[in-house]
Amino acid sequence: MTYVGIIITFVFINNFILSQFMGLCPFIGVSKNVESAVGMGFAVTFVMSIAALATWAIQNLILVPLHIEFLQTITFILMIAALVQFVEMFVQKSSPSLYKALGIYLPLITTNCAVLGIALIAVRSNYNALESFVAGISAGLGFLLAIVLMSTIREKLDSEWIPKPFRGTPIAFITGGLMALAFMAFDKALLNNLIG
Amino acid sequence: MFKEFSKGLIKENPVFVLALGLCPALGVTSKVVNALGMGAGVIFVLIGSNIFVSLLKNFIPDKVRIPAYIVIIASFVTVVEMMMEAFLPSLYDALGVFVPLIVVNCVILGRAEAFANKNGVGASILDALGMGIGFTLALVVIAFVREVLGSGSITLIGMGSWDGVIKIPGLYESPIRVFSLAAGALLVMGYLKALLAWSTDRKAVKK
Repeated sequence: MTYVGIIITFVFINNFILSQFMGLCPFIGVSKNVESAVGMGFAVTFVMSIAALATWAIQNLILVPLHIEFLQTITFILMIAALVQFVEMFVQKSSPSLYKALGIYLPLITTNCAVLGIALIAVRSNYNALESFVAGISAGLGFLLAIVLMSTIREKLDSEWIPKPFRGTPIAFITGGLMALAFMAFDKALLNNLIG
Repeated sequence: MFKEFSKGLIKENPVFVLALGLCPALGVTSKVVNALGMGAGVIFVLIGSNIFVSLLKNFIPDKVRIPAYIVIIASFVTVVEMMMEAFLPSLYDALGVFVPLIVVNCVILGRAEAFANKNGVGASILDALGMGIGFTLALVVIAFVREVLGSGSITLIGMGSWDGVIKIPGLYESPIRVFSLAAGALLVMGYLKALLAWSTDRKAVKK
């Protein structure tokens, strides 16, 4: 698949939240206001792109040559946990203001299934290093797109009257469902029309 | 002791009340049998990790406890992965990437952090069983609604000559497809949570 194809696939067609069900916890939990949604979205995009590249290296340079592919799950999650810790320390040292904005979201990213998800999907699709990296960035941008759209809708919903049982998370899920319905317009046929 | 077990079923149901483990709760629930398989995997990992975390709670330094828990959980997930691939290959294919993703299921890490590292082995096992069954129950409910409306069938575990599929006349020929897709999953989840909020509200008013 071409790079354009990978980008369109992961941002729109296989959007991680709206069609793959990955990263739902922050999607529901951190989408109450736009500012924190943007922060979370960028933090996740950053970690996902590096994680996709790093896990590609682990898989192809360590696990496959040594024939220990069964350790994939353990090594990947450890890699991601270490990476998140490292990113946290690096951001804290280099840019305190960014750290203040992202700080509380960074540790949460370890247990965001979207990160481990993109690592596993990239490996299972046999992407090369650059393709994995591009897939990581695009999946992260898809996540950013969905969570920011969601947070703007939820800010509007705050001022509307909602039947009592639906207040809080139920209406958030239904909003997400309607967004997913809209995203169904992006499908394989669209991709074929766009890039032939 | 029984309370440790029963609280996870409804009162503190991990999916509907605590809102943990949402990704697999929606990702694998297009068929009832997948929900059962996922539930069994999670119960196994949850019991294993709760036992180990509870046994090792005095040896793991506080600062590195989360990575330590993740390693314990990941080992059990690897066991589940290999067993499922060997003995239930069709289920393994159907669950796909969600099998290794059990590692980041917040229900498991959540119970290790919130319960097993403060309590003894016995209580931790009961807690794991209750939470695991509660999780499975929630998945089966979601899968039941989605499969009946979205495919017009109920797929259970096939035995002997029976393939395990119950077809619902009328719906099977013209199902409401959207419920088996992503959008339907989110909608069903929203309505089920609203239903739960409504019923707890009514109970509170009656009291």
